[in-house]
Amino acid sequence: MELLERFAAGDLQAFEVLFRQHQKEVYAWTVRIVRDTGIAEDLTVETFWRIYKHRAQFKPNGNFRAWARRIATNAALDHLRRSRPETALPENLPCAPSPDGAVSREARDSINRAFRELPAKYRLVASLALVEEESYAEIAQAAGISESLVKVRVFRAVRILRKKLNSLRAEVATQ
Amino acid sequence: MSNEDIESMKELLKQAVAPVPGGELRRDLWPQMLRKLDEQPFPVHRVPWFDWVLAAILSAVLILFPGSIPTLLYHL
Repeated sequence: MELLERFAAGDLQAFEVLFRQHQKEVYAWTVRIVRDTGIAEDLTVETFWRIYKHRAQFKPNGNFRAWARRIATNAALDHLRRSRPETALPENLPCAPSPDGAVSREARDSINRAFRELPAKYRLVASLALVEEESYAEIAQAAGISESLVKVRVFRAVRILRKKLNSLRAEVATQ
Repeated sequence: MSNEDIESMKELLKQAVAPVPGGELRRDLWPQMLRKLDEQPFPVHRVPWFDWVLAAILSAVLILFPGSIPTLLYHL
């Protein structure tokens, strides 16, 4: 029996082989979304737990890698929905001299804060499309949505970020 | 909103959002996976309580009003 067939039938050894084959890739994808190594490790385990739980739904002639990535994306999205945005940034951090043309530390903090406050589904696409520069097709496949919807969400994420940055600038100006 | 807006936001984010230090997995997560499998065994498939209630009501109706059996069979 093939590895994927054995896995779908509930063989733990087959699952272990698949786990070891794909854990690095699942982790690398997850860490790009959640941007925290510890959380990404936990979510990798959570992803494989979901994979094992739903093994009966997997078609042995299907693409395990794509399936795992879809589940990893959903697990990461669930995490982003659950977690509260970190609004408070550490104060009095040493300010590294910025290279010419780079944004100031204050502006960087504002952008970071606006990014972390994005709603989960927009933060997911912003992280993958804008920071990691993954293709829309790749994101669409992983998130189980159409490419045009990815594009729409990127546009909306940028618009929300612009609005937040403007209001944060106004906040700073009034202080 | 134009593509230039998206490109400029990309640049801003790249400068502001810290790159992930551990992009590569440094340890095997299989032991952690085994612990999770031990700690959280998959729930045995249970019939929801409202299904039992529905079955009880249906049984009561069939016992009290046997005349409704042909109607029920017709609608099945």
